Amino acid sequence: MCLAIPGKLIDLPPERPQFAVVEVAGVRRQVNIDLLKDEPLQSGDWVLIHVGFAMSRISEEGAAEQARLLAMLGEDAAAMEEIEGYEFTSRPEGWTA
Amino acid sequence: MKYVDEYRDPRLIRQVAAEIRRLADPDRHYRIMEVCGGHTHAIYRFGLADVLPGNVELIHGPGCPVCVLPMGRTDDGLSVAEREGAIFTAFGDVMRVPGTHGSPLEHKARGTEIRMVYSPLDALKLARANPGRHVMFFAIGFETTAPSTALTLLQAKAENIANFSVLSNHVTIIPAIRAILESPDMRLDGFVGPGHVSTVIGCRPYEFIARNYGKPVVVSGFEPLDILQSILMILRQLAEGRSEVENQYARVVPWDGNFAALKVLAEVFELRPYFEWRGLGFISQSALKIRDAYAAWDTEHRFSLPGLRVTDPKAAQCGEVLKGVLKPHQCKLFGRECTPESPVGALMVSSEGACAAYHHYVHRKSEAAAAVA
Repeated sequence: MCLAIPGKLIDLPPERPQFAVVEVAGVRRQVNIDLLKDEPLQSGDWVLIHVGFAMSRISEEGAAEQARLLAMLGEDAAAMEEIEGYEFTSRPEGWTA
Repeated sequence: MKYVDEYRDPRLIRQVAAEIRRLADPDRHYRIMEVCGGHTHAIYRFGLADVLPGNVELIHGPGCPVCVLPMGRTDDGLSVAEREGAIFTAFGDVMRVPGTHGSPLEHKARGTEIRMVYSPLDALKLARANPGRHVMFFAIGFETTAPSTALTLLQAKAENIANFSVLSNHVTIIPAIRAILESPDMRLDGFVGPGHVSTVIGCRPYEFIARNYGKPVVVSGFEPLDILQSILMILRQLAEGRSEVENQYARVVPWDGNFAALKVLAEVFELRPYFEWRGLGFISQSALKIRDAYAAWDTEHRFSLPGLRVTDPKAAQCGEVLKGVLKPHQCKLFGRECTPESPVGALMVSSEGACAAYHHYVHRKSEAAAAVA
């Protein structure tokens, strides 16, 4: 929960500016990017993710380092479980926020 | 995640360890607190205590959310779960936290509707999908996770999802550090500052520690080299008679924090007059309450909760371990009645808890020590 998961921004759909598609070790999910709205985000940027929210923009090296750290701490499987477990991005029809 | 082969640089570790030994005054005993549970986990995982000279002691701080949660709050959450039609949701860390009549996981086994979620937004989605039921999110965490709860509450209000509420157990790190500094049995020389909390609050909130208490603070990353470098930076400040806030983790932590996150925290939460911390007792203005504007989504406002103060099992010495007065293995229950499989105290639940980390790693051969040898 307190260790961040590094992800790469793949897509920032303009129709839903709160969310971005990120890729973490080959798995793609949407995460909320509201906390980085002051940052000039673009596809290809790397972010640290906590509980479904991107919290910081980091460098590619920083992302590799964080991924390595999670593996060293034995938390990499739990991190992937978390990313794969996000349910909130498949939403019912008509929900636009 | 495939980066595990490229391990840290043993040569650099050796250099930093040598510099630490050179700087540490042999006539002095240093007590340095790592505030964050993520650091505690890394310190045990990499056996960093073995790399340090004997007179540089690491004290494990209160920065593990489930560890500092008093049992009464878990009971409060579970009392809502027992209501007809309610669904209790929480992060995985909460599932094994002991309540008076068992953990959420044990309640689930007895048929209570309890679900683990990975994001507060998942709990909100569950509420949307189950309009006839009440979905409560049992929120825990420091400033790292509190902004995500705040944004979820904003969303609940925007969509007017009436069957959703949050039981906020969010706490803030600064008052806890202040309480530790004021505690008569705590003699500390410096702090390894939390990494991810600081991405939100920045480095300025620690300035009072350096200015008013004369203790160095170094905000640190989580790699073994980061932590050792931070300890070195603290020892250097002490050797030079300085006390400042330094940012070893500048590659991630902005000095001023994340303004958008601070703004949403201020919008949704206010400080409670006081809140109980396990091991540290009641600390004023140390926890986040949901503001009146969001009372319709505040579990404490919507339901009457027992709100009882439950003392820990007498034999368990969680409080002493939390304050660093005892090491985990010095507790009478450690490894006997209290194990990660069957925890009595919350410090044994989370991988960020000192007891679980100690239990998991203490018998491992210290890799960092091997790298230095």
